[in-house]
Order: sequence, then C-alpha cells, then structure tokens
Amino acid sequence: MSHLELKSNKVLEARFVADEDVLKHISDNGGVKVRKDRAQFALNVKRFVKKLENVSDDETQEILEDQNYVAVLGTYAKDSLRNGASAGGGEIYLFQTPKRSGKMAELASELARTPGKNVTFDSSQYPEKPASTPQSNKKHAALNKAQLKSKKNEFVSTTPYRLRKRLTAPNLYLDSESDYSASCSEEEEEEEDHKETSDVIRDQKTPIKTRAPPPPKKTPAKKRKEEMMSSLVEEYFEAHSSSKVLTSDRTLQKLQKRKLDQQTLLDLLNKAPPAYTAELKELNQQHESLFSKWMLQLHLGFSIVLYGLGSKRDLLEKFRTSLLQESVHLVVNGFFPSITVRSILSSITEEVLDYTGTFRSPLDQLDLITKRFKEDSSLELYLLIHNLDSKMLRGDKSQQILAQLASLPNIHLIASIDHINAPLMWDQAKQSLYNWLWYETTTFSPYLEETSYENSLLVQQSASLALSSLTHVLHSLTPNARGIFRLLAQYHLENKDNPSYPGLSFQDFYQQCREAFLVNSDLTLRAQLTEFRDHKLIRTKRGTDGVEYLFIPIDNGILTDFLEKEEDDM
Amino acid sequence: MSTCSVSKGCFVFKPSSKKRRKSSPTADYFSEGKNDSEDSGLRFATCQLLWNQINSETKKIQEELNKQLFDNLISFLRQSDTEFQTKKIEWMCRMKSSEIPTAALVLGVNVTDHDLTFKSLSEVLQDNVTPYVVSLEAKECPGIKHLLQKLMGQLMDCCIDVDSSEEEDCVKISQKKIRCSMASLSKWYESVTKKTGSETPSKKRTSSSRHWQSPPIVVIFKDMESFTTKVLQDFIVMSGQHIHEFPLILIFGIATSPMIIHRLLPQSISSLLCIELFQSLSCKEYLATVIDKLLLTTQFPFKLSEKALQVLINIFLYHDFSVQNFIKGFQLSIVEHFYSQPLSVLCCQLLEAKKRVNSLSHSQCENIRSLPSFRRYVESQVSEKQIALLTEDNFLKEVTQTLLEDLHIYHENYFPVLRCLHVFTASLPKYPLGKQVRELHCACLGRRVWETEEYGSAVQLMRMLAKAELMAILQKCVEIFTSSSGKQFSNTIEKLEEFLARFQNLEVAETSEVQDVSVSTQKEFQKKTDLYHLQKTLLELKESKRSKKLTKFEMLRSEVVDFIDSLVRSYLVPAEMQPLNEVVYFNTANILREHLNAAPRIALHTALNNPYCYLKNQTLKSDTGCISNTAPDICIVYKLHLECGRLINLVDWLEAFSTVVTAVEGTDPASVATDQVDEIIHARFIRAVSELELLGFIKPSKQKTDHVARLTWGGC
Repeated sequence: MSHLELKSNKVLEARFVADEDVLKHISDNGGVKVRKDRAQFALNVKRFVKKLENVSDDETQEILEDQNYVAVLGTYAKDSLRNGASAGGGEIYLFQTPKRSGKMAELASELARTPGKNVTFDSSQYPEKPASTPQSNKKHAALNKAQLKSKKNEFVSTTPYRLRKRLTAPNLYLDSESDYSASCSEEEEEEEDHKETSDVIRDQKTPIKTRAPPPPKKTPAKKRKEEMMSSLVEEYFEAHSSSKVLTSDRTLQKLQKRKLDQQTLLDLLNKAPPAYTAELKELNQQHESLFSKWMLQLHLGFSIVLYGLGSKRDLLEKFRTSLLQESVHLVVNGFFPSITVRSILSSITEEVLDYTGTFRSPLDQLDLITKRFKEDSSLELYLLIHNLDSKMLRGDKSQQILAQLASLPNIHLIASIDHINAPLMWDQAKQSLYNWLWYETTTFSPYLEETSYENSLLVQQSASLALSSLTHVLHSLTPNARGIFRLLAQYHLENKDNPSYPGLSFQDFYQQCREAFLVNSDLTLRAQLTEFRDHKLIRTKRGTDGVEYLFIPIDNGILTDFLEKEEDDM
Repeated sequence: MSTCSVSKGCFVFKPSSKKRRKSSPTADYFSEGKNDSEDSGLRFATCQLLWNQINSETKKIQEELNKQLFDNLISFLRQSDTEFQTKKIEWMCRMKSSEIPTAALVLGVNVTDHDLTFKSLSEVLQDNVTPYVVSLEAKECPGIKHLLQKLMGQLMDCCIDVDSSEEEDCVKISQKKIRCSMASLSKWYESVTKKTGSETPSKKRTSSSRHWQSPPIVVIFKDMESFTTKVLQDFIVMSGQHIHEFPLILIFGIATSPMIIHRLLPQSISSLLCIELFQSLSCKEYLATVIDKLLLTTQFPFKLSEKALQVLINIFLYHDFSVQNFIKGFQLSIVEHFYSQPLSVLCCQLLEAKKRVNSLSHSQCENIRSLPSFRRYVESQVSEKQIALLTEDNFLKEVTQTLLEDLHIYHENYFPVLRCLHVFTASLPKYPLGKQVRELHCACLGRRVWETEEYGSAVQLMRMLAKAELMAILQKCVEIFTSSSGKQFSNTIEKLEEFLARFQNLEVAETSEVQDVSVSTQKEFQKKTDLYHLQKTLLELKESKRSKKLTKFEMLRSEVVDFIDSLVRSYLVPAEMQPLNEVVYFNTANILREHLNAAPRIALHTALNNPYCYLKNQTLKSDTGCISNTAPDICIVYKLHLECGRLINLVDWLEAFSTVVTAVEGTDPASVATDQVDEIIHARFIRAVSELELLGFIKPSKQKTDHVARLTWGGC
C-alpha cells in the first residue's frame, strides 16, 4: 500500500471529524494492540502463577489443611467402588474452552474407527495441546480470528442490517474496522491475514483426514502444570472474547424421517436391543438389598433421597410394592407436567384424612395436615416422590411446604432427584427440615416415563403434534376458511427470509381474499379470523402505524409440510 | 393400581383397615434383609435406649447453655414490664414515649439450631413470664395481613390453654370471623386481662400466679432477616400506636449481625424501638460442649473412631456450623453401628455387657474370633491359650469379659489423661496439637500420638514453660484427676501434688539466687566499657550460662514434662490397639460421608463419563477420560456434547452419534454415507437427548433452529 493513499485517507478522516468516530478509531487501534499483546499477557500470567506458588508458610499450612479435608472427605470414596465420588472436582468444573465446530464429528469418527476397542480421548488433554507448542497456540487464535473474519464477510453479503446489528461486540468492531478502510493497523492486519489463512488452510485440512491425538509431551510435572495453567488462562479469555458460537447451519428438516410421535418412538426403542442386562440387574439387586434399611431409617425420622444416573422410578416402585403394601402411602409423579403442591396436599387431606373442605391457601392446608398428624399418632403416611426436582416442584415455596411435610414425624418421605443442580433447591433450613440421607442409586435405566410427556422432548415431538393439530382444526372448517388460511400461510412463507416482515396487514389480506372470492365483506373475514385466533393458528399485532398485522406463530417447516399435504389432498 | 397416568400425578394407596398394621414395626426392619440376625431385637433395643439417653443429654446441654441467655432476657422483660406499669401511672410520660421494648437476639449463622432455641425460649417464657407468646416465621408472613392473622391465631390458642376448655368453640368461631387488626387485638387483650383479673378464685389461680400481672404479649420474629421490610415496618408502626393499650415486647432472631436491624428498618421506624442486644453462645462452643459431654466421657459406651469423627467435624466446620446436623450424624452412626455390627450387642454398660457375654451364641463367638483386634490379641498369647481361645466358647466368654473390662478401664484412664494433656498443649504457642480438645482427641485416636512430629514440638515447647504457667497447669491437672472416676490416679495425684509443693519450695530458694546473678551482672554493666569490651563480656556471660548446670527449676520442669510424657505413653494408646475395640467403635466413616455429604453431581458425571465404574463389563473398561464406543447411548451422547460450545446443532450431533453407533454394530460407516439415519438409531438419539435435558445438561434454544443450548461446565 502506498504512502500516498494513506495520506489521502488521513485527510478524509480530518473532514469527517466527529467525536464518536475519533473515539472509535482510538478504541479500534487499542483493541488491535490488545490482541497483539495477548502473548505477552499470557507470559505475565505465567509469572503471576509462579508467584502464587511461592506462597508463605502459613498459607501452605492452610492448603495442607484443606488437603486433609479433601482427603478425609474424598479418598475413602475409592474404598467403595460403587461410589462415583472418586472423580476429582477438577475434571468437572473446568473453565470454558474455545470449541471448534468440527470437533464433535471428529471425535465421533475417532470413536467409530476402532470398533469394540477403546479410543484414547482425553478431554483434559485438549487444553494441553496448544500449550505444548506455543506456535500452534498462536495459530489457533489466528484460526479463530480468520473464521470470524470470513463469517463477517458472509454477513455483509447476505444478511440484512438487523441481523448484522445483532452481532456482538468483537464482530462489531471488526465491522467498523472495515468501514475505515485504511488505517495503518488494518493494513498490517490484512497482510497478516494472508499469511494466516494459508496456515489455516493447512491446519484445517489436517483435522478432517488424520488426526490422531498427539502424544503427550513428557515434561517435568511442575512445568507442565504451569503450562496448563497459563494455557487455561489464555483459553479462558479467548473463549470469552467472542460470544459468537460457530455451529453449522444444518437443520433437521433435511432428514426425511425427522418426525416421530410418542408411540412410534416407543416401538422403535423396543426394537433396539437392550444392553448390559446382566450388569444392570446386578446394580438393581444391590439397591434392592437396601430396602429394609431404608424402612428402618424412615422410621427413625430420616428422609431418603436417591440420586444418580438412570431412572429410579422402577426401583421406588419395587420398594413400594414389596414393603408398603400394608400401609397408607402416596405416590407423586413429580415429572407429571401439571403437578402442583396443592394437588399433593389435596390428595393428603381428601383421600388420606378424608377431609372435605376448602382451604384459602396451601399454608392453611398444611396447618390442618400438621395438626391432624400430630393429634393422631397412629396415623402414618409414606410419601414417595419421583423427581422431587421437577419443574413444577422445584420452586422455593413448594419445597418449603414439602420440607415441612417431611419434618412431621409420622410422614416418611422417600424421593428421587435427577437434575444436576437439584441440591441447590435446598438451603440449610430446608435441608434440616427434610433431614436427608443420601443414597446413590445409579441404575442406568432409561427415563421412559419421565420423558414421555410432551414438553420434555425436543422439537421433533412438538412439531408433529403441532402439525396434526393444525390439520385437525382446518379439516373441521369450511373450504373457504381453509382457503383463507392457505392464503395467509403462503404469504407468510414467501416472506420467511425477510426478517423485518411484520405480518400481513388486515386491509391487504382482505383485498387478497376478495380477489380470491373467499369473503364478501370484512366482517365475514373477521369472523373467520376469530376462529383461527381461538385455535392459536394466527396472532395479531399492531404495527407502529396502528395497522393490524396478522401472522402465523408456527414454525415455517411445519407450515411448508402442511401446505404440501393440503396440495396432496386436493 | 399403576402409578402412571396422563391425567393424574398423585396416587393414594389405602390398604383396607383390616390389613393395616397397628404398631410400628421398626424393629422388624432392623433385622430384615440380613443373613446374621444375631440378637437383632436386643441390639435394636440397646440402640434405641442409647439414642434416647443421648438425645435427652443433648437437650439438657442445650438448656444449660441457654440458661444464661434466657435469664438475661427474662430480666429484660421484667424491667420493661415494670416500666410499662410505672408509665401507666405517669400519664404524661406514657403519652410521650411510644417505644416498644425490643430484644435483638444474635444467634449466629447456624440457622438450623435456632428452632430448638426458640422452642425452649417460648416454653421458658410461657412458664415464667406470660402466656401470650407468639413466634412468627418469615415464610408464614408474606404480608402484614398474614402476620396479623398468625399473631391473632396463636394468641387465641394461648388463651385457650389458659382458659377453661368450654370456651373453646366460641373462641374458634370468633377467630375466623374476627377482623385481624391492631384495634381488635387491643380489645381482645383488654377482655382477657379483665377476665383473669375477675376470676381469681378459680382453679387457674396457680397457673396465673406464675405469670405477672398484666402479662405482656411477646412476639418473636424467628428469622428477622428474611422478613420483608415492608411487613416489619408496618407492623412496628402499627403496634407503636397501640403500645399504650397493651404491653408488647418484640424479640428479633438475628443470624448475621445486629447491623441488619438498621439495614432493614429506616431511622424513623427504628426510633420506635428500644433495642437491647443479647448474644447467644457461639456454635463452636456449643459443639465443644456437646463433644465434651457425649464423646469424651465413659457415660455412653458408644464411641466414634477418628475418621468418623473427622468427617462429622468437617461437615460442621466446612458446611453448616450446625450442631443439630452433627447430632444427626451421630445418630446415624449409632444406627449404622448397631445395624451392621452383630457384636454391638455388647455395646452397653459394663455390667450389662458382662451378662450378655454369657448368653452369646456360638456364631457370635465366631464373630468375636474373626475380629481383627481379637486375632491380634490371640497371636500375642501362648500357644495353649491360643488353642483354648479358638476352640472353647466358654473360655472365650471369660476372656471376653475381662477384655471388655480392660476396654472400660482404658477409657476411664484415657479421658482424664487426654484432658490433662490438653491443658498443657492448649496454652502453647502455635498450638502444635490443636486448640480444641477434639483435635487432640482425633490425633490420639488415630495413631500413637507420641510418635508424631507435632507431639515432639509440643513437648519441646512444654519444656520452656514459665513457672507460674506450669503451676497453674499442674493445679488444673490435679483437679481433672480428682474429679475423674478412675481410681488408679491416686498415685498420679500424689505425684502431681508433690511437684506442686516442690515448685513452691523452689520459689524461696530461687529468688535469692536469681537476685545474686542479676545484681552481679548489673554491676558489671554499670562499669564504663567500650563496645569491644561489652561484646566480650556478653559473650562470656553467654558461655557461662550455657555451660552452667540447669537450675533446680529447670530440672524440676523437665521432670514434670517427663512425667506427663510417661502418662501419655501409657494411657493414650490408640483405641485401635485395644482388643475388642470394634464392639464400641464405629469406624466406617465413608458411610457417614456418603449419606450426609453426598456429591450427586460427581456421581452423575462419573456414571456418564466412565460407566465401567458401575457396569462391570469388560467392554466398557477404559482408562480415565476416554470412553468405549459400546457405552450406553446416553454416555456417548454426553461425551459428544462435551465437545461443543454454547450451542449444539442437533443434526451434527445426531450424525456423530449415528457414526459411533453404526460402527459398533459392524456396518461400515462409509456405506451409511447417505444422509439418512436409521430409525432406531434416531429414536435412541432422541431418547438420550431428552434424558440429557431431564438431567439439566441442555435445554432447547430458540437462538437458531434445531439447536440446543448447553448448560453445564465449560459450556455457558
């Protein structure tokens, strides 16, 4: 680039001198600098880490004490193989690391290539990789940058302004950078980019073809740890520098058999061969041997909570059928989508206590239950709750009420939890009310019942439901009404790529319907629309200009399917 | 009846009344499901008895600890009551001040222990001060209306207790009808006090005489921090206007610091209160007393091993500071011990245990023989005795009796010596053996304490104690030994007293000697010297000191320390060395940790990451961090999802999954290169993904079509 051009640009900048621009320019340059200084920054961090290691004696003493604590609480887990606690927390609670989009496919092919054998894949090795050679680390960063750049270019060409605006901070400043086409730093960058992209191309080729995990370098443990640390720090900032996620744009629509309803899903799963039946049976037997102990502890005033991977429903069910047949008990399916605390309390008051009356609030209801159970010591109730941590029961108030129920001496609670964050539901006070004893019951059995309700499945399920409801509703309407809806749907699909599409205005719609001889007055159209609105097939919105806009709140894919089906029918 | 339905979430099962069991069959469960149900009935009875004793003991401890606090509170109430009375007379004065007497009770962070404190507090108040005690919790009072309702409700209940029962129903009706307001409250109070005043000759006299004239209404806010400010403010303002009509006293339960009152209440509100601060005992001291009374005593035969105790203490120190939870853990360990150890039947008072030994069955004798500590004991015996021990049950029973007695004596000696050693070490700089007696106890339980480094440094420091300190310590030791029940310590006490006497004698002799030295040195320093000479004389002085014989005091001191050391070596032998210690010591610490301090996340992660931990199948065996491709679906899906960032493309995920799965089934991945995925695999994928969603690893996302958002570590 010539010197002259640079000068002329400078003049240009002088002309348009606005405060914001100047500010932006300065910050841009600053930003670039920061990026360049990243390596140095990492070095500083390294030094800092080193310093941390030379902590004073007192602190090491404290650390030692902590280690003792960890030792006491942690190491004995190894004695019992059944307990999963042997995994250290470090493996789990990692920082976020930057992820590449192809990584999953890569791992899959790795796993697939050696059938029946184990593939050494170490997630903790991954962050080490860039650290072992600082060069590759830089390259990695460059790759990220380059990807960002290419992404940006794409956006400039295809996406409308609104989308572009949604790009987050780092991208934004890349954007603005390109607006100032010729600041010195930009030039340098571009030159760099050329170099880098060639690197990137080389780099990108390798992972797809043959990427074996690199052999871990044998470095002294301490040094390695240090490197790990610094690379961790770097990666942390790298991962947080951009909030853009790079994933491929493929959608499930490309797959033909993407729609499975509950029944076919179940049928298909029944066809799939069950795996590890012997081992699973053994696991279950281990858990079942605890039944009488559970009963003992329930009677001694503890509550029991089961955790671990796998559905614990069958286990609890077995517990119920084998030990609770002769006593009053209440089974609560927490995973049931419309379960509430009130319904639990009502079934206690109405069916267990035979009380017919209404309550102003759950607290009143709880008061009555407490009173009755305290008065009559022969009254005993076993409460089995599957999924105490379900969406409907995890609220603070529900948990408070359940905890108070559990604290009654004559109510014995045994519950299961599955969500990873389930223990966060309880504070100290609630925990002491519950008086938990924790039992790990990993069963590996599938959560069939728990996930069978509609909202717990992903898109596949809801899409098929929506489509079938759509067709059902429309089949009950007159041909004219169907025509009206089809018109709207077609218009909707024509505009699906337009993100600023507000919907079809009522007047336009009326015009179109008249032209198609579907309605003869806007009153009839309105009557039809009310029907649609009642079935939630369309929604209306007032635009900024006060005009009423109609749009269909249904996924475009479903709509396309629907139109195709309609055409087939006709 | 099945428990799955699409229309119902709760299922009640009521057996017909004939079938229903009447008595609680807890004991049955104790013996059920186990092969060796040896003496299970007896064991369960012993367990219950022991637990009841311990429970009542803890209650007693709590009462004693709270006594001071409650006394202070009551005197405060009395004072404010008299103020109220006098104000009534001085009309003008009463008009002026409308301050509500308030006690701020700082209870510390161990929220779970507060309930008991408040319970006993309201009992004490009801017994001694006033029948009208109301305790409110934040969760019951989301609004001022609820608060007043609760208040009135509880007051009505109190008045039922006091009044005769015939009035019950009419009061109950009124309770529902009544409009809850401060005015109605003051009206109610007026009527109640009048009634009690008029019906003096009734039988209720005795009970009302305990209470004061015109008993105040005490309102306890159990957890002041969690009340919404508005409710509190409204209540205080309203009651401030009615304070002339009835005596009202507030008690705030505070977990954090008294500053919170000013944080919650603005100046205008807090000026209506006349606050006095009360501090309860800290939870650490509470725990120390509990440990002292429950564990460091021969009163209860059951003992915790070092590891178990360490786990409980760690949960206390690192998690909750809750003594209640500590006691709960203690209860759990008792139950576990009696449940899992068949020989725990002997874990009772010595005399009873000796009786029980005689009635032991053959299999129980075998149990004794298989105890590791007993085997060690057998091996140390001569061969004839060995044979007798292993073959003759009767001989074994005799020996068991003596061994149990030895164990008892061991404990009787252990605790006084432990306390004695603690008196010595607690005052040392840097506390090499810990500040608390429980730390020392843990150290002694685990290993031979005199072989540890800390003990060595502690002894060295003990050799440097000053005389006054040493004498005070010795005095304390004498007290400990005299108060202990062991009879073997008469010699020890004599010896210690002799030491004390010798120290006193030294005092006279020594003072003159020390004076001599000091005078002479001072004389030397008074001479004019240059720097060189000074240095020289100082060096000489040092030399002479070093070479000089130990003074009498020093000799005596080292004698004392040696004596203590010998005591430690002979009495503080770790319990594991004692034969038959398994009978009374509970040492499966990991059971406590598993059930009280579980790590559900780690369990979940391990199951997903390394299924071999649970499913012992060779195909699943792998090194840490990698996963076999034959693992359960959910593990593979989980492993794949770990590779993704914040968002996961479902299609990519599905494809990756099907690559792995088809490879396992033997088909060549290349042949399935067509975009379509096998239906069964698709179904399995859907199941695995929805399971991950249930577990909280992902959630559906609307950011991009057919994407899910990752929710866990490394993701967000």
